[in-house]
Amino acid sequence: MKTLVLVEHDNTKVHDATLAVVTAAGKLGEVHLLVAGHNCGSVAEAAAKIAGVGKVHVADDAAYANGLAENVAPLAAELMGHHDAFLAAATTQGKNIAPRVAAHLDVMQVSEILSVEGPKTFTRPIYAGNAIATVESTDAKLVITVRGTAFEKAATEGGSGTIEAVSGAGDAGISSFVSSEIAKSERPELTSAKIIVSGGRALKDAETFEAVITPLADKLGAAIGASRAAVDAGYVPNDYQVGQTGKIVAPEVYFAIGISGAIQHLAGMKDSKVIIAINKDEDAPIFQVADIGLVADLFAAVPELTGAL
Amino acid sequence: MKILVPVKRVIDYNVKPRVKADGTGVDLANVKMSMNPFDEIAIEEAIRLKEKGAATEIIAVSIGPAKAQETLRTALAMGADRAILVESDEEVEPLAVAKILKAIADEEAPGLIILGKQSISDDSNQTGQMLAALMGRPQGTFANTVEVDGDHVTVKREVDGGLQTVKLTLPAIVTTDLRLNEPRYASLPNIMKAKQKPLANKTAADYGVDLTPRLTTLKVAEPPVRKAGEKVADVAALVEKIKALGIA
Repeated sequence: MKTLVLVEHDNTKVHDATLAVVTAAGKLGEVHLLVAGHNCGSVAEAAAKIAGVGKVHVADDAAYANGLAENVAPLAAELMGHHDAFLAAATTQGKNIAPRVAAHLDVMQVSEILSVEGPKTFTRPIYAGNAIATVESTDAKLVITVRGTAFEKAATEGGSGTIEAVSGAGDAGISSFVSSEIAKSERPELTSAKIIVSGGRALKDAETFEAVITPLADKLGAAIGASRAAVDAGYVPNDYQVGQTGKIVAPEVYFAIGISGAIQHLAGMKDSKVIIAINKDEDAPIFQVADIGLVADLFAAVPELTGAL
Repeated sequence: MKILVPVKRVIDYNVKPRVKADGTGVDLANVKMSMNPFDEIAIEEAIRLKEKGAATEIIAVSIGPAKAQETLRTALAMGADRAILVESDEEVEPLAVAKILKAIADEEAPGLIILGKQSISDDSNQTGQMLAALMGRPQGTFANTVEVDGDHVTVKREVDGGLQTVKLTLPAIVTTDLRLNEPRYASLPNIMKAKQKPLANKTAADYGVDLTPRLTTLKVAEPPVRKAGEKVADVAALVEKIKALGIA
């Protein structure tokens, strides 16, 4: 089987998210890449070095500079004429483009796969991970998005792919890029962070949240998350929310501080490798999923912990 | 300008879904069902655009069982003007949903179609993008802000690590993210009034769409169970554990 992997990049560097997709694609067959961008030669060169990569198709055109789905999807669909499976990361970029490719090919996409069980059989989470479905595609071609935390990252060195220039229809003329505001925080992004420190309603207010959670996160180089209750109470902005209707995370270590463990929060973080919970209520549901629990008043325990690390 | 808003009836987000013992799916019997939260946001956004004078009519559509009528009545009580129920007792996949919506859009010619970015049931996150491709129209997915200006809509999108703003030529497809707005509650008088609003009953056959699934679900299982670990006595013991993890 020949696969085509959408490379995620900023026209300079390959994003890590692509590496897990290469691993998933390798389980299906030959791995080809698609780099659609503008002045993206360095991305193509880096992509060709990823372990296990065969051909790298590069479409260099101003129309692909910002990865607009209206322009990139027809290009990918055309290249699918001689590939059997299209794979993208289950990131906002991949989720934006892949279904559009699927519709062009009249294929039902398999979203956010967790494992490859056979040439057309995959597992994927439904109900925010409260159930795992095993699904088999009956379509002639496959379109798949891949959950990054479920696959090892391919090595960035060791490959010797060949770079081949391709061209597509370019600008579809129905959408244009205006601007982007990418947070330049020193803090890692929530969905890709190795460590997350999350706070709940028990943090009282925005100032207390900041005073208790931020020093610990700084010490650990961690991203900051929050429960829906903390977000609804206005302690932190909405984009901090971890849970079924917020962000789904699976870091190496997840600190749940003053979070009781409502179903909708657990759905967003229960795939974390290690969960550490601090809560003064020893019957809080969070302790049923925590690997390490501390029953304590967080206002004393967290500063003490921060100081001791 | 008309706005079309598809809504889905799903398990209420506060209910823990239970996998059926025979592994064929999730048990929906006697479970509280509600409008998909992202779809509520879509209805709310359509109403706000109408209140601002950017839209004239809001049409809510649901594709699902007869009971999805309740979901449509909720949309009507919030402020949609009329509703279309495309009845199907089988689960309809995003690709087929997109095809039905395209057929409805061909009839109704909406300037905007606003959808939830995903349902909290099957979590596919596909329908809006597929509909946009089938219609050959632009998409503003994971919308944080939507501004209609003449024959364009400007959408600020939630992307990994920040925001991206795109300008789309109408007609366009928008999918909602959490931060777009906070949906209103329907007032009692509006709930009463909604009962009188028109609701058309259709089937997929009316739109010539084949609902045969492309994906076969072989099994639905509980996720691996997380076992509770141990409780430590004090902060000093916790520090030891954290140091053993090699992160501090």
